[in-house]
Amino acid sequence: MIISIASGKGGTGKTTLALLLAATRQNITLVDCDVEEPNCHLFLQPKWQDSGREISVMIPHVHQDLCNGCGACSAVCLFNAIAIAGKSALFFDELCHSCGGCLLACQQGAISEVEKPIGVVNTGMASTLSDVRLLNGTLNIGTPSAVPLIKIMKKEVAGLSGEALLDCPPGTSCSMVTAIKNSDYCLLVTEPNSFGRHDLELAMNITSLLKISTGVVINKSDGDLSDESIQSLCDSRNVPVLAKIPHSISFARQYASGIIPDEFRSVAADIWRQIDSERGGKG
Amino acid sequence: MKELVIVSGKGGTGKTSISAALAFLAPQKVLVDCDVDAANFHLISGAVVRECHDFQAGFEPSIDEQVCTRCGKCSELCRFSAISAGVITSPLDCEGCGVCAFHCPEHAISMKDKHAGNWFVSDTRFGRLIHAELGLAIENSGKLVSQVRQTAKKIAQADHLPLVLIDGPPGIGCPAIAALSGTSLALAVVEPSLSSIHDLKRLVELTSCFNLSTAVCINKSTLHPENTRQIITWCNSKNIPVVGQIPYSEVFRSAIKAGTTVMEIPDNQDVKEQIAELWHNIAKMLGVPLERNEISFFQKFKFFSKN
Repeated sequence: MIISIASGKGGTGKTTLALLLAATRQNITLVDCDVEEPNCHLFLQPKWQDSGREISVMIPHVHQDLCNGCGACSAVCLFNAIAIAGKSALFFDELCHSCGGCLLACQQGAISEVEKPIGVVNTGMASTLSDVRLLNGTLNIGTPSAVPLIKIMKKEVAGLSGEALLDCPPGTSCSMVTAIKNSDYCLLVTEPNSFGRHDLELAMNITSLLKISTGVVINKSDGDLSDESIQSLCDSRNVPVLAKIPHSISFARQYASGIIPDEFRSVAADIWRQIDSERGGKG
Repeated sequence: MKELVIVSGKGGTGKTSISAALAFLAPQKVLVDCDVDAANFHLISGAVVRECHDFQAGFEPSIDEQVCTRCGKCSELCRFSAISAGVITSPLDCEGCGVCAFHCPEHAISMKDKHAGNWFVSDTRFGRLIHAELGLAIENSGKLVSQVRQTAKKIAQADHLPLVLIDGPPGIGCPAIAALSGTSLALAVVEPSLSSIHDLKRLVELTSCFNLSTAVCINKSTLHPENTRQIITWCNSKNIPVVGQIPYSEVFRSAIKAGTTVMEIPDNQDVKEQIAELWHNIAKMLGVPLERNEISFFQKFKFFSKN
């Protein structure tokens, strides 16, 4: 079973919830899909099993000696990643989507493909929690798109035995969609205020578009009327609110020091119980 | 005209709350929300939408089923597994590269402009706000960020406003790069947590790649004083000015709930003074006016009485 944890708004507690859920389950892999800013490793302090696998995408390489500047590659590139300057093709790799269109278009055999590193994937066993594996992705700084790296991590996840928890990037754009796609269940973490509600609604639009069973966790709850505005949104969308985690300064302080707090582990166990019964009901 | 962008790396450190507080203090500016896939600035500034514009970016294939012979050439060439013999099986995986269209032997596929969202010009309590809503599950967020920034710059130039104040997206990927590139100053809002410190370091690596002036504001500084000291030491070692330290306060949560900025909530003088000092430092760095009447600014926050 693959469970993704997403939010829309940043800083609502995706990583916190992922850690709490990992702490209350046996034989689980935590996958840090927030490759722009991965944080799970700070809490798990894993013993890395490898020195990190470099992940690359294929990008075109123009052989200037063969290029006659005809412009066929530039004409087919819908990402404007190739321009013709004088009699040769100039290539801007940050705009390239690795579609291979230019290779197919070049009649001179002047374009081949080379690897461009975009990030690193590491695997390790957590030293702060028992029986938790971490699959960690780190995007190279300056690389615009996290999508190819997340796709490669998702392929590795598909080959894993046991359950996987995906800590997803914030937002609702392509990297979030790539991360949650094909998961069996999506947990959306929100805060009980207008920011949290607004972004939760956008995130729900995505999970419903992708037809992923969804549950909501309200974090930093004050137990007041603000929770009800989230509850009524969830009711109107037929999405269950699985848990409320109270606002707690002591919890925030422990999180700040990189400690996975003991507080609220019973809440995590209760979330597992609900996900299991929902999955069991389907199977 | 100067562009100030508020970024963080990690989400939820207080970018929007601090942007809004600065919007309250800065006298003449255009506001921009560059978090185009989870925009929130309009929610605390009382935004009233005046203009709504279509945002077209990229392309999507359209298939003429009458002409398609299901030969499978398109599925053979598509690297994103988005099309299978003339049927777009996974539209979310399509990157709009057009390889299927260019190589269809029957010319059954054409590439159409893609509607990728909307962008808005709104009036708020603090001036004009340019914001956007990215379409569902759409890429091209970087292009939409550039679109709202360009619009804001044009408005600022036309109205002779000295400042464009940008609430940036989290992360360090394409929307963050588009929000940062070419700005006058990047203000990183960081909280004293190991996660936020880790993310700040990656963000600063990015801003140094672009040779951008960077300053740091420590939000929730009293939550973990030891980590706050660590941030200051690190910033000093990198020659990054720490231009603000805002104590942890529940007023940020109440302000969002009330739909206002922290500056508009009564009391909490310590937080307001720290934010005023932050704005003072930034305005000095940028060389933009502090207030219409600068003397009243100091009177209001009693900087001199503290000494």
